[in-house]
Amino acid sequence: MREQFPSLIVVVPLAAALLSPFIAYFSKTLVRWLAIAALLVSNISAVAVLIRVLNGGVWHYHFGGWAPPWGIEYVLDPLSATMAILVSFVALVVAIYSGPYVKDYAKLKAGIFYSLFLLLSVGLVGMMITGDVFNLYVFLEISSLAGYTLIAAGGNKATVAAFRYLLVGTIGASFYLLGIGFLYAVTGSLNMVDLAERLLPLLDSRVVIVAIVMIMLGFGIKMAAFPLHGWQPDAYTYSHPAATPLIAGVMGKVPAYAALRFFFFIMPATAGPVHKALQVMGILAAAGIIIGSVMAIAQKDFRRMLAYSSVAQIGYIVVGLAIGNSLALIGGVLHIINHAFMKSCLFVVAGGIRWRTGEYRIDNYMELNKKMPLTMGALIIAALSMVGLPPTAGFFSKWYLVLGAIEEGMWFYVAIIIISSLLNAIYFFRVLENIYMKKAEKEYKDIYKGRKLELPLQMLVPVVVLGIGILVLGIFNESLVTQVIQFAIPGGGL
Amino acid sequence: MLDFLTNSLIYWLFAILFLLGFFGILANNNFMKKLMAMNIMQVAVIIFFLLLGQKLGGTLPVIWGTDYVVEHYINPLPHALMLTAIVVSLSTTGVALALMMRIQDHYGDLEEDEILRRMNK
Repeated sequence: MREQFPSLIVVVPLAAALLSPFIAYFSKTLVRWLAIAALLVSNISAVAVLIRVLNGGVWHYHFGGWAPPWGIEYVLDPLSATMAILVSFVALVVAIYSGPYVKDYAKLKAGIFYSLFLLLSVGLVGMMITGDVFNLYVFLEISSLAGYTLIAAGGNKATVAAFRYLLVGTIGASFYLLGIGFLYAVTGSLNMVDLAERLLPLLDSRVVIVAIVMIMLGFGIKMAAFPLHGWQPDAYTYSHPAATPLIAGVMGKVPAYAALRFFFFIMPATAGPVHKALQVMGILAAAGIIIGSVMAIAQKDFRRMLAYSSVAQIGYIVVGLAIGNSLALIGGVLHIINHAFMKSCLFVVAGGIRWRTGEYRIDNYMELNKKMPLTMGALIIAALSMVGLPPTAGFFSKWYLVLGAIEEGMWFYVAIIIISSLLNAIYFFRVLENIYMKKAEKEYKDIYKGRKLELPLQMLVPVVVLGIGILVLGIFNESLVTQVIQFAIPGGGL
Repeated sequence: MLDFLTNSLIYWLFAILFLLGFFGILANNNFMKKLMAMNIMQVAVIIFFLLLGQKLGGTLPVIWGTDYVVEHYINPLPHALMLTAIVVSLSTTGVALALMMRIQDHYGDLEEDEILRRMNK
């Protein structure tokens, strides 16, 4: 049993996804608990794997007993195990959060919702731990297809947003597939460890350069890095409110992680074509940080503001890759974790406000602190973390990024990160000002008035857990970095 | 010339097909046409992978009597990979068609500019 933990991370939610439409036929409550239990098993397995990996080194799990490079292997190193924990944890929390939304659904609809939700989690968590580039494509498509449908479940505007995302996302996936086709053509292998070995003498060949460009383009589209982010604001704004925290929080980070794996583990990023390509991506990401923040200031819809701020935040991660020394990589990895928490917390809050009052325009958020004190507390923590004030988590990832940039003498990035923190402050303090300072002029709709809790318990717990999670990540970031992430980046420690 | 015809022409054709699909997604205004262009693009990728498995003088990858020479068989791995890619392409098309039905139901139209105009109204 202990030997099979890596497969449990993926197989249990996948089996639950296939079962849930049938189980929903009998009971809606049961299917919800099934989803939560499956994600819990996945999460616990990931934690167990991380503990073993930290003690015993990298774990190569051969799926079905087929030895690589013929079979598919899962490579569990500190980085992939940490990321698997992150994804399954956020998915678990959001699965709990989804309860009140599906309460009024017909049985079959609830079953299909959880089925898709679990498939999305499987795809994302699978991308984290797989050691085979084609398997990564399959997981990418599983998560994308589930993502399209969950976005489309948000209503009539969402269908259009989902369709446009489907077209753009398929272009991205096709470019990625073509890229690994090129790599396969020159090396004859699809296994990551094997590829790393065989690519080393070939790095300057034209085929590999084209492959690098295509893979970067594919991941760029999937993670909505500037200027490939056109699909993203609509998709995040209109998608199903119970799935948005997972889609916005994690779906964009996973391709960023996959890019990190490609460009630092499979190919050496310190020199050659990868280095040049990353420089280009870095400059574009810097532009994206500024433009995303400015666009976020201009938005009136809270969800759309968060979506544009995601464009900027993805930029930080790409900047971390572009700087490329170990401090900046720690910053990038830390920012993947922190931003997953911050953005899902913010979208959970936005969904909670919308669930109770039906409002999503920032101008109508007046005096919400009196109605929903705990939720607004979580919002403040997440907002301060986005701006980057200590001791919240967001400060530390930016700190490592700035340290890395200074070490490389890249003052341009230092300036960009500081300016964008100020821009973040503008748009988040505007929201907080609306909530705390302004007086409400009229009475707003309130479907949950006079209850003891401000939101149903199932929604309140995720809000509080994610809010506290940001604080915990910030306070304990040093032990996280020295105990885990330090070993996770290439060339660090292990 | 013969060298070009036998060795590189097929890759040029693949590249043209791929870019045709890419251009079609960008240039068309109708969602149905965009979807068809997307399928062309996916087929181009599939053909590219199948080209990788091809070998002059190779036969089906099933052991032929006592012939164990690798050069006599084509590489079956790209074909196996492309089975998965075909399934992915099929399900993408299925999801896209379902979304399109919903869009047609609500907006009564599949022209992108018209739908965006109504969506942002």
